[in-house]
Amino acid sequence: MTMANGVLILAEHLRGEVADITYEMLGAGRKLADALQAPLHVAVIGRGAGSVSSGLGLADAVFVVETPESEVPSAATIARLLGGLIEQKQEAIVLLGWTNLSMGVGSILSARSGLPFVNFCRSVRAEGGALVVTSQLFGGKILSDVRLADGRGIVGVSAGAHPADAGRSDRAPTVETVTLAAQAPVVDFKRFIEPEADDVDITKQDVLVAVGRGIQTRDNIELAEDLAATMGGAVCGSRPVVDQGWMALSRQVGKSGMSVKPRLYLALGISGAPEHVEGMQGSQTIIAVNTDAAAPIFDVAKYGARMDVLELLPLLTEKIKARRG
Amino acid sequence: MNLFVLLKTVPDTVEELTVAADGVSLDAEWLRFKLSDSDEHALEQALLLKEKHGGTVTVVAMDAPELDESLFMAFAKGADRVVKLAGDLAAVQSFSAARLFAEFLKGSGQPLSADTLILLRSQAMDDLEGEIGPFLADLLGLPYVGVVTSVQPEGGSVTVSKEFAGGLRGELSCAMPAVLGIQSAEKPPRYVPIAKVRAAMKSSKLETIDVTPAGAPARFPVEKLYKPESAGRAEMLEGTPEEVADRLVDLLANQSLIQRGR
Amino acid sequence: MSAMAQEPVAVSMLGLPGLAVLWILTLLAFGVFGWRVRQLVGLVRKGRPENRFDQPVKRVLHVVKNVFLQPRIFNEPAIGLPHFLIFWGFVLYVVCFNWGLVRGMFPVLPVPYPDEVGVVALFLDVFAVVVLAALLAAAVRRAFFAPPHLHLSADANLILVWIGILMLSSLFGGTFRVAAEGARSSVWAPFGSLLVPLVSGLPAGQAEGLARAMWWVHTFGVLGFLVYLPYSKHLHLLASPFNVLFGSLRPAGDLDIAGAAEESAAGAAKWYEFTWKQLLGGFSCAECGRCDRACPATNSGFPLEPQQIIQKLKKHALEAGLAKPGREAAALIGGVVAEAEIWACTTCMSCMERCAVLNEQIPSIVQMRRHLVGEGAVEKTLQDMLANLNRYGNSFGKSDRMRAKWTQPLATKIKDARKEPAEYLWYVGDYASYDPRVEDITRKTAEILQQSGVDFGLLYEGERSAGNDVRRVGEEGLFEMLRDRNLQVLEKAQFKTIVTTDPHTYNTLKNEYRWNGREIAILHYTELLDRLLKQGRLPLKKRLAGRVTYHDPCYLGRYNGIYDPPRRLLSGLGLELVEMPRSRNRSYCCGAGGGRIWMEDVPGIKERPAESRIREVARLPGVSTLVVSCPKDIAMFRDAVKTTDNEGKIVVKDLAELVWEAMQG
Repeated sequence: MTMANGVLILAEHLRGEVADITYEMLGAGRKLADALQAPLHVAVIGRGAGSVSSGLGLADAVFVVETPESEVPSAATIARLLGGLIEQKQEAIVLLGWTNLSMGVGSILSARSGLPFVNFCRSVRAEGGALVVTSQLFGGKILSDVRLADGRGIVGVSAGAHPADAGRSDRAPTVETVTLAAQAPVVDFKRFIEPEADDVDITKQDVLVAVGRGIQTRDNIELAEDLAATMGGAVCGSRPVVDQGWMALSRQVGKSGMSVKPRLYLALGISGAPEHVEGMQGSQTIIAVNTDAAAPIFDVAKYGARMDVLELLPLLTEKIKARRG
Repeated sequence: MNLFVLLKTVPDTVEELTVAADGVSLDAEWLRFKLSDSDEHALEQALLLKEKHGGTVTVVAMDAPELDESLFMAFAKGADRVVKLAGDLAAVQSFSAARLFAEFLKGSGQPLSADTLILLRSQAMDDLEGEIGPFLADLLGLPYVGVVTSVQPEGGSVTVSKEFAGGLRGELSCAMPAVLGIQSAEKPPRYVPIAKVRAAMKSSKLETIDVTPAGAPARFPVEKLYKPESAGRAEMLEGTPEEVADRLVDLLANQSLIQRGR
Repeated sequence: MSAMAQEPVAVSMLGLPGLAVLWILTLLAFGVFGWRVRQLVGLVRKGRPENRFDQPVKRVLHVVKNVFLQPRIFNEPAIGLPHFLIFWGFVLYVVCFNWGLVRGMFPVLPVPYPDEVGVVALFLDVFAVVVLAALLAAAVRRAFFAPPHLHLSADANLILVWIGILMLSSLFGGTFRVAAEGARSSVWAPFGSLLVPLVSGLPAGQAEGLARAMWWVHTFGVLGFLVYLPYSKHLHLLASPFNVLFGSLRPAGDLDIAGAAEESAAGAAKWYEFTWKQLLGGFSCAECGRCDRACPATNSGFPLEPQQIIQKLKKHALEAGLAKPGREAAALIGGVVAEAEIWACTTCMSCMERCAVLNEQIPSIVQMRRHLVGEGAVEKTLQDMLANLNRYGNSFGKSDRMRAKWTQPLATKIKDARKEPAEYLWYVGDYASYDPRVEDITRKTAEILQQSGVDFGLLYEGERSAGNDVRRVGEEGLFEMLRDRNLQVLEKAQFKTIVTTDPHTYNTLKNEYRWNGREIAILHYTELLDRLLKQGRLPLKKRLAGRVTYHDPCYLGRYNGIYDPPRRLLSGLGLELVEMPRSRNRSYCCGAGGGRIWMEDVPGIKERPAESRIREVARLPGVSTLVVSCPKDIAMFRDAVKTTDNEGKIVVKDLAELVWEAMQG
């Protein structure tokens, strides 16, 4: 196994749980590393990093960097430690998630290491000695290809672009604890602020009726609640609806909200911006209703209807009730 | 407090975006620009801090199409000073932009005061090179926190809350001066009536400073831009709402999704 | 009628000669009255200027109609006639009182007292009873059948009793005079005479004394009333004729404040930022509650009551305007008046339509909205709408380039009025252009016009929201921007007449856009279709049958008086029109106006205006179709049909849909 020019993945974890995007990157990273005939490594950085390494066996090695001084190290700290790792282990490519947790790491690391940082990645491949990164811009409406000629760079990977299952493995990983020079943190992590408890945990529902801007007013959410009740599910929403105060934060689906995988996800009046889609695209069946035929939601949905949600909702509820008998 | 707000405009996605003939840029014919949501929140957070703690708000932006209206709107909302960085800036990406802003902020020669906060958007949807905030913070040697939803300065430090996922947030603190990427302000961006914006257009002065980007405007070229193929598009159900509802009920029944209920 | 045996003033009171007492009390009473009235007039004059002094002849005729004939009072029959009679009785008594007062104060005048002149005495006698009967009716109504929002105050009750005492004293005065002459009756005091048997036992001298006592009771009563008047709601006696005299002679759909456009643009938050006419309205209000009873916001459970807007402004003006320096009065907006009240108004104008003193509630509300907008105190959904209107020229947030997308499926392309001249310019409006529920109707309208051979064109992407509701929401700056921009585009186009789909568009283009001398006619599409029907140009192929009802849109009916063209069309199509109880100028707003369609619903609403209207339709026997002629009505009523569980029972159709149906073979 060659030791130089490896692919390094920054594992994403919080409070002892490894986020799905880590596995997504593992799956993509494995393919890339194999194509390059390079090793695939995972960096787990944080307090208690050692305890979350178990599922990361798809990689050739897991580097654990403990940060006892900080429960959740800041982007600058992670970037510094990653930088140290890259140097020590001579990595050529770094994959990290475009998530709230990792935001900023790529930019700072890029500034310090001189490696270019390409964001919003949906797919990455090796071509000759170059790295070609395909990214989504403007909410997914436009794609870009960037060719990094020397095959070295930092890639910010969008959540949901790769299958998470491809990154899981039962193999026990080779774990190496790496000690890097400590530095006093510039940003202190004080504590977690829990979301308000809701009576409903939307991540455990089989049926979710999701509403977006197309629901138009707070009152109309009642129509969605009727449907949800009829189907034995729950209502959830995209960011704009929660921002308006029409729904609790715990019902938000998406990047800053929950990740859900129900049997049925009804996306009503939701346009399908990537920040939302990444939270629900794992759903088994997605049905979308929107007046805009070009809405990106129709790219992830299995069935769609171009019409006004407010017209369809009560009809649907009525007919389901009738069918139930 | 000494507050800076860095703004930029992004393409308005209400219009259909198409790729220009050169294959590496957007077709400018129907392209329109506006401030991103995150920018509006950054400005609002700065204004809220000024209202609570006093001080000045300086808005800085790189010259771009349709920027001026947003700058006058910032004046009308309460910004004290608005600076436009002008020059050959069309190709400037995040890292080069961060350099330009860093130059401006260091321009006075004095180190930034201990009551300085630099606020900007947490992210923008065309940040191919990455978010500008962390770049800027690194160049200035200042702490950076992104995805911020609340800002409490106290003494020489600032406590912020940051969003994680699943509705979870974290409380962090760092010394000031600092750079903060604002995801959402503590209150939704305020409304300013058109009459005030028009009045600002007549009475307020935009300062323009000529700048030249040092080094390459972008760290890597874009090889091509293209529209995504709609692979795996949804099967569209046609007809009246009645008909569509009927079909949906059939589909759901086939998947055994219509059995329960309270 | 014989002369008074002795002068009423020829008595002694508290050791003073009656004449002296009369003089002292008269001077005191008039003095206090005059001082207070001057104080109030001074207060009113501190308001912003407004030019209501034009067309004096028309104004006087306006007073003759609305004060002397007071047709609006009769809208509520139970109190209509009583009030009319009390009013005219009052006029008679005021004249006679002053006559009697002057005569009493100047005994040397060779002039009889009013009740010494036979005919006058007769009138006084008859009216005393008539007024008493009317007072009784009013009192019974107040006590047992009070309509909601009638302000049941001690003030009002006191006035009824007080006037009653005045009438009784006059009546009994006649009785005692007849008795004092030893007669059993007098032809000049028919009702007073009926009471003579009650007092027949009195010696003549005593009867005479009592007659004089009645004169004094009456005089004291009136002088006391004079002092009380400017501190009670009865000030409306004095203020309301002026309220009507200075009423608006311009179309109600024009919110320009003549002579004060610039200052008014910023709105009003303090009492003196309202115009003097708006302040006068507070003192003209008779607290009858008609406006509240008609208001769709009030009836739905919103916090708004138009009567309270007027009253609160008055109270605030009194408190703050007459405050001793150093004492802070409560703020108007946010204090006395809640922001929620200000935003609840749909600007339907039912209040102003019903107000018997012709008060103008809506301009005051819009003034306060302008202030709130200036402060940025606007709810998020409304903010987003305004931002959309500013940026894209429509409230849907869709690109202005998509405005004419609805035309694509049409078989024949519509003329571009920006490039070619056309007889009619069709100003489609936001809802008809962008709302998916209404697009189909817009296309049908286009087909009707095409198949009728009408020469018309569109502005396509050049069209922007005309701004009617933007103005009513208080964003005056945005309204002006839209208006200026639209006028610029319209100036370049060549056409003779504008046709609008939406009554809101119609209202502002007709009443608030200044065409700089250009001769333009503005029609609502129902007027155009009516014209085509008359000219036989509508290619109708079949007659429709059935019973339908029609909802008069606020901005077409109440605001602009267009009631008949839609009705002629319905009958021309063969349909049988069944009127709802609240039809024509009493039509009940769907709740969309005043920007409310852009705002969030308020919690705690009992029944939305549109729902109330649908239930009204449901009560009509054999009627299952509600016909409308406004795109917002389609949106509001179709929603309400669902939320009132009337799906399948009531269908909402636009007039254009029906005409189109009749054109299909």
